[in-house]
Amino acid sequence: MQVRQISVFMENRAGRLQEITKIIADAGINIRALALADTSDFGILRLIVNKPDETLKILRDAGFTIRENTVIACAVHDQPGGLNKILRVLSDANISVEYMYGFVEKNADEAVMVIRVEDTEKAISTLLDNDVKLLKGEQIYSM
Amino acid sequence: MRYIVEYVDPELLRELQLERLSAVAQRVYQNVPYYKQTFDELRITPEDIQSLDDLQSLPLTDKETLRTNYPFGMFTRPMKTVREIHASSGTTGLPTVVAYTENDIKVWSEVMSRSLGAAGGTDDDIVQNAYGYGLFTGGLGVHYGSLELGATIVPMSAGGSKKQLQLMQDFQTTILTCTPSYAIYLAELAENSGINPRKTSLRIGLHGAEPWSDNMRKEIEDLWDIKAYDIYGLSEIIGPGVANECIGQDGLHIWADHFLPEVIDPQTGKPVPEGEDGMLVITTLTKEATPFLRYATKDIVSMTYEKCPACGRTTPRISRVKGRTDDMLIIRGINVFPSQIESVLLEIEETEPHYQLVIRRSGALDTLEVRVEVSDEFFSDEIRQLEALESRIKQEIENVLSVAVKVKLVEPKSLDRSVGKAKRVIDERKM
Repeated sequence: MQVRQISVFMENRAGRLQEITKIIADAGINIRALALADTSDFGILRLIVNKPDETLKILRDAGFTIRENTVIACAVHDQPGGLNKILRVLSDANISVEYMYGFVEKNADEAVMVIRVEDTEKAISTLLDNDVKLLKGEQIYSM
Repeated sequence: MRYIVEYVDPELLRELQLERLSAVAQRVYQNVPYYKQTFDELRITPEDIQSLDDLQSLPLTDKETLRTNYPFGMFTRPMKTVREIHASSGTTGLPTVVAYTENDIKVWSEVMSRSLGAAGGTDDDIVQNAYGYGLFTGGLGVHYGSLELGATIVPMSAGGSKKQLQLMQDFQTTILTCTPSYAIYLAELAENSGINPRKTSLRIGLHGAEPWSDNMRKEIEDLWDIKAYDIYGLSEIIGPGVANECIGQDGLHIWADHFLPEVIDPQTGKPVPEGEDGMLVITTLTKEATPFLRYATKDIVSMTYEKCPACGRTTPRISRVKGRTDDMLIIRGINVFPSQIESVLLEIEETEPHYQLVIRRSGALDTLEVRVEVSDEFFSDEIRQLEALESRIKQEIENVLSVAVKVKLVEPKSLDRSVGKAKRVIDERKM
């Protein structure tokens, strides 16, 4: 149920994000989800792609500082209270969310929330116990 | 006050220098194990110094010597007779220590008084001293010199710019002593606060402790409508007041009856011809607590023995400092060595010692930015951890340097590694 996410360290300057997306595009890799966290000086680009191994290789070859970690992808009913239910489950289990970002799935009535927690295994079992629908990595990569 | 020694026949000055040199060589030989060992290894004795030229056979003393003998190994006098101790930051964190007996403070007061006098200061002046008071010798040196001159001293110390401007007006101060960049900053602050700096009672600025240029001098003189003079000094020799410009503003008169100057080729160690650039080396002729033979200042200057056409003084004159033989930077009057930053980064496990220093003059104040490369090992994908690392690096560097820095994490391999060695320092200050 774990989804592979690639984080890239980038300096906060004009055109830098596009340079990274170009490297990825040129390699024929499709970005499934993306989030950018930034300060005035630097940013962290978080990516979920259809070919994680290949992406890791080309970015590393291009000299980027990168890190792979795992996140959880939850299917959320695209209606009021959908996200709240998931967060309440985590909160009741005393699991804190490091960060999260969402995207809307094509041709489905669901949104996908990507959630990063410290203890991914515990969060997965807690969410499953509470009937939250989780997406497998392969499902996300091939969406 | 005029000191006759500033105007003596150069031949008489040389006689006095030789007499004092012999005495100081004896003193260090007898009291400082380091010097005794150095003399013994070279198979010479203090008696072998028969002329000023014989000085060249002695090895140089430098910051490294002082650190090796930290803290009191270079003292020639017992602590009981030491009245004051100062220390400046060294490259590895060990400070370099200098000490003053009562007579040393008298000498310091006198040479600093001469420096103020050379710039036209008199006992009618009110000196606003904006050099930092403390272990840094700038503040207290000017303080003692002003007392000796008979002037009125306002011991402002550095910073507190609004108060500087207020008291400058309320006290009608006439001499401002501070770094040249601070003089510009203060003038700009005055203008922004609705004060016309040209209308204040200031008439003289005495500026040093950081590199500056004729352009900056002109700017300071125009901003304040004053005459601005260059002052030179370093704590290892005595502090401020080693040399100072006179009204001719053409070279700094070095008070050579106390400080014996040489200008040498830093590579060969041989003296350079008069007027040519080289490293300034100074022997303290009268210092009692911590006298040094041939102290390598690492400052590049030229020197002339020509009698000053402007003021008639016969003391040698050194040029403005034209550069350094090492990589020392001066930021807001504080000496900074890139190696200090490197050693801090080496101690922080998560960082690689790939860094770059960028110095800018923003407004009139220098800013130091430390760029550190982020490596895979310590790259966290959480902003707050990176920010925590940034602030930790900042704090540890500031602890060592005593100067505020901005730390910026940059991408790996983004720092210039051309010609095999990284370009560590980008100095964008326009002097």
